[in-house]
Amino acid sequence: MSRSLFHRWPALVAAVFAFSFAPAHGAVRVLACEPEWGALAQELGGKLVDVAVATSALQDPHQIQAKPSLISRARNADLVACTGAELEIGWLPVLLQQSGNAKVQPGQPGNFAAADFVRKLDVPTQLDRAQGDIHAAGNPHIQTDPRNIALVADALATRLQQIDPANAAQYAQAHADFAKKWQAAIARWSAQAAPLRGTAVVSQHKAFVYLYDWLGMKEVAVLEPKPGVEPSAAHLQGVVATLKGAPAKMVLFAAYQDSRPSDWIAKNAGLAVVKVPFTVGGSDAAKDLFGLFDDTVARLLAGAGAKP
Amino acid sequence: MHKPLPAAIALALALATSAARADPASDIAALRGEMDALRASYEARLQALEQRLKSAEAQIAAPASASTPANAAAPPAPIAAPAAPTAAPTPATATAATAGAPASAGSFNPSMSLILSGLYAHTSRDPKRYAITGFPLPGDAEIGPGTRGFSLADNELGFAASIDPWLRGAASISIAPDNSVSVEEAYVQTTSLGNGLSLKAGRFFSNVGYLNPQHAHTWDFVDNPLAYQAMLGTQYGDDGLQASWLAPIDQYLELGLEVGRGRSFPGGDDSRNGAGMVAVTAHTGGDIGDSSSWRAGVSMLGAKAKGQGLVGLDPSGNAVNSVFDGRTKVWIVDAIWKWAPNGNATRTNFKLQGEYLRSTRSGTLAYDVDNAGPVGDYRVVQSGWYVQGIYQFMPRWRVGLRTEGLDPGTPDYGANNGLIALPTDRSRKDSLMLDFNPSEFSRVRVQLARDRAREGGADTQWFVQYQMSLGAHGAHSY
Repeated sequence: MSRSLFHRWPALVAAVFAFSFAPAHGAVRVLACEPEWGALAQELGGKLVDVAVATSALQDPHQIQAKPSLISRARNADLVACTGAELEIGWLPVLLQQSGNAKVQPGQPGNFAAADFVRKLDVPTQLDRAQGDIHAAGNPHIQTDPRNIALVADALATRLQQIDPANAAQYAQAHADFAKKWQAAIARWSAQAAPLRGTAVVSQHKAFVYLYDWLGMKEVAVLEPKPGVEPSAAHLQGVVATLKGAPAKMVLFAAYQDSRPSDWIAKNAGLAVVKVPFTVGGSDAAKDLFGLFDDTVARLLAGAGAKP
Repeated sequence: MHKPLPAAIALALALATSAARADPASDIAALRGEMDALRASYEARLQALEQRLKSAEAQIAAPASASTPANAAAPPAPIAAPAAPTAAPTPATATAATAGAPASAGSFNPSMSLILSGLYAHTSRDPKRYAITGFPLPGDAEIGPGTRGFSLADNELGFAASIDPWLRGAASISIAPDNSVSVEEAYVQTTSLGNGLSLKAGRFFSNVGYLNPQHAHTWDFVDNPLAYQAMLGTQYGDDGLQASWLAPIDQYLELGLEVGRGRSFPGGDDSRNGAGMVAVTAHTGGDIGDSSSWRAGVSMLGAKAKGQGLVGLDPSGNAVNSVFDGRTKVWIVDAIWKWAPNGNATRTNFKLQGEYLRSTRSGTLAYDVDNAGPVGDYRVVQSGWYVQGIYQFMPRWRVGLRTEGLDPGTPDYGANNGLIALPTDRSRKDSLMLDFNPSEFSRVRVQLARDRAREGGADTQWFVQYQMSLGAHGAHSY
């Protein structure tokens, strides 16, 4: 077979190429894995970008499937902007493989991993699945610290300029505007959140280490016995016992998570429950990146103020 | 300004990898600190350069305006603020050079995964005499519940890595319970053709239908549906070429073309030049709101066989050996719908899937060769279907129900019609399963099946199975 077939392949490839080569419609097509990067790309790209977001704030970014709609979006994307640090390891590699899109493969300018540009916390010294769903590169939930958003914004703006050099000046301008507003906002949030410094808290999932690092909060217990393992009754009892020795003010869970373990611990250990929007769209107030942190800080302050 | 930043990133990454490999934790911390300092200083310098550029541009754009300096000078200080304190970059770079050297050796090894699986089977009828009514199959066909009692199931070793900037390769080696090792898949695949095009060469599972390309450890039941067992030899894999193309539209539309040797049933693995198997696939799909997604497709697989030995049963249950020459065409219609509240499948989710297979075999058949039976034209249209639903009713726990049926058709033996007795029974099977998933890497399953594929009453089958995944985090397709 092979001989005749091999002779026909180039023609077929050429035909398909010719058929599928559609001129870009001006806008840079961005597929963001999580809403925060979609919102950031929108801030930096404005009308120059056409942003699609693969997941919503109500979905667990660890557990998404490479579903048909996402494959077709990845196929047509100029830039795939994700968190990286293995957060999307269960679905993004398949998505990229099936996309048939050379531009967004790892190592290409069209493949952007936000976690590459920030200092990562919780980097495991020992890699063993007995530790649960740990990520070799460190904790991937970097978006809960606005200083990380600023670093990623720098890198993403550079990347957009690289992908769309014709509009580089506009991206640079949008970035400068955003950076200025963002720094002012960080200063405001940091001042507002000053009373939270040193507050002892409990997390449902180890999703807030960057938030605690920024605001100086202390995580005294985690409801998941291991990362990614559902809290069991026995473990929750253990947490209650721990909290008797080291009391905490509040328990935090992300919008996409089931609130029941947090509600249970709140009732049994006398804590305030704080639902953290976690990403853009995680609450009514978290409409954009600014709203996300306005609301996060407001909810934390409310949680700290609420008497147990 | 684009050049220094990627360089800084590359350097930082090189440092990060080397840091992760150094044993003492203090070294890691020290290296990380240096890396941060390096990055911070680069960023600060970049910002400064950017601002200088911008103010220069602004001055050129509006030389008359006196207010420009205020506009241009304001942002730089706060932008650089969040990064760590700046440090002298020279010593950090020197450390990077020395520490970076030994990082590489193991990093290029393919990612490796090992699937461990074992089974306990309890059946009311002897699986050694398993057969599917009206579907004569090759003697080595993998049908039925396998071995009674304890046995290993599909243990599989997988390797995958990029080969170079243009290709990736993957192999999965299956270790069978009888101590034989076989190559399940081993292929190279393009990554950089672009335009939605991808080519694969080597041994691979055909992309026909929904279940066919899926490895056994991702199945929702212990076994594949009867229709797959009877018409595709459980799972059709071949050695050949596969081209697939995704249409450049927002709707998912994937078209595929495969050619192969016809290595396994319904192919005959004959000595022939050219293709013994050709398959064409088309799949489309999308979302329905936030909570649902679907995929549906039509596929056709054509295969040739020459001197294909088949074992069937006559109506009185005796084994009959026949030899088939001819072509087989299998059409498959598949559909799957997945639902999860707000698309968050972590707590509860549901999936409904079904496939319909229709196989046409035409050629000549030498019936009952051991007793010099009649030889003549042969044509049969057979079909089968299954529908299954899987519901995760709480985290870690799933329950599933599958119902299926087969129609062996009425074979046309040409001149020999009437000489050969025809099957009268139609196979049916119902399976119920419950599985518990302690983590996404482990699963324990119990399955109860009532299998009426054989003549002479139902076979009640109990299975207990474990499936574990070690090593690289596998990413599963939809």
